[in-house]
Amino acid sequence: MEFQYETKTGCLRIFTPREIDECAASEMREEADMLIDNYQIRHLIFDFSNTEFMDSSGIGMLIGRSRKMGYTGGSVVAENLNGRVQKIFTLAGLPKLITVVKEANHD
Amino acid sequence: MIREQEMTIRFAAYPENEQFARIVITAFLMDLNPLVDEMADIKTAVSEAVTNAIIHGYENCMGEVTMTCKKQGDLITITVLDEGCGIADIARAREPFFTTKPEAERSGMGFSFMEMFMDEIHITSERGQGTCVEMKKQLHLQEGSS
Ligand SMILES: Nc1ncnc2c1ncn2[C@@H]1O[C@H](COP(=O)(O)OP(=O)(O)OP(=O)(O)O)[C@@H](O)[C@H]1O
Ligand SMILES: [Mg+2]
Repeated sequence: MEFQYETKTGCLRIFTPREIDECAASEMREEADMLIDNYQIRHLIFDFSNTEFMDSSGIGMLIGRSRKMGYTGGSVVAENLNGRVQKIFTLAGLPKLITVVKEANHD
Repeated sequence: MIREQEMTIRFAAYPENEQFARIVITAFLMDLNPLVDEMADIKTAVSEAVTNAIIHGYENCMGEVTMTCKKQGDLITITVLDEGCGIADIARAREPFFTTKPEAERSGMGFSFMEMFMDEIHITSERGQGTCVEMKKQLHLQEGSS
């Protein structure tokens, strides 16, 4: 799969793939949940720097991860959305569930 | 004279073919040199219709999806057809956030995106027979395109 991630003390940063459709979304769902459980993640960051396309399958996957993190009081952030992905976020009401940040802060 | 061209592809209902359908529509419209936003709108609408055919129409079982793309000058018509289970209540299916698969983390935004991103959408469906989604969009051509 073309997506990569970094973990650091309770924090998981997922670099989302170029296109998020049903195929990519279901792989991300599986892998993210495995990582969240294994590393006891409290802070989940989706880094959209590489993503040019996302359809409704991506929305379902993001809402699902936001729910999952919500159960344990964790947070979900989305960073570096291009104009297109931002539009999809807005139309689907995602900013109500996921904090959208303009600039990445790689700490 | 308005130039017309039509093309049909038929492919197996595998999720991997959603990307194939997006590549095909992009290639088909390339010579019209559409605006970046319009191309993205069409790609998203195609992805939604094809994904629905695969995951709802055939419920990830064997089947084939037929996509027809037509250009009449700068008017684009795309139909996506499956011979799957059909839609029980089309009006309901079109409502934003309505999904019959909440347990599979569907968001119910597919038809809403098709409506928002295309100028027109017509859905015909019959239980046990299949579903046909026809979408139209008028392109606003850039200067210098044919
Ligand atoms: N080709 C199809 N065959 C059978 N049922 C369909 C088809 N397309 C859509 N549906 C039905 O219409 C509902 C709404 O479709 P829509 O694309 O808006 O949402 P979704 O696919 O459930 O979720 P999302 O697109 O956000 O992943 C689906 O849940 C499904 O019940
Ligand atoms: Mg859908």
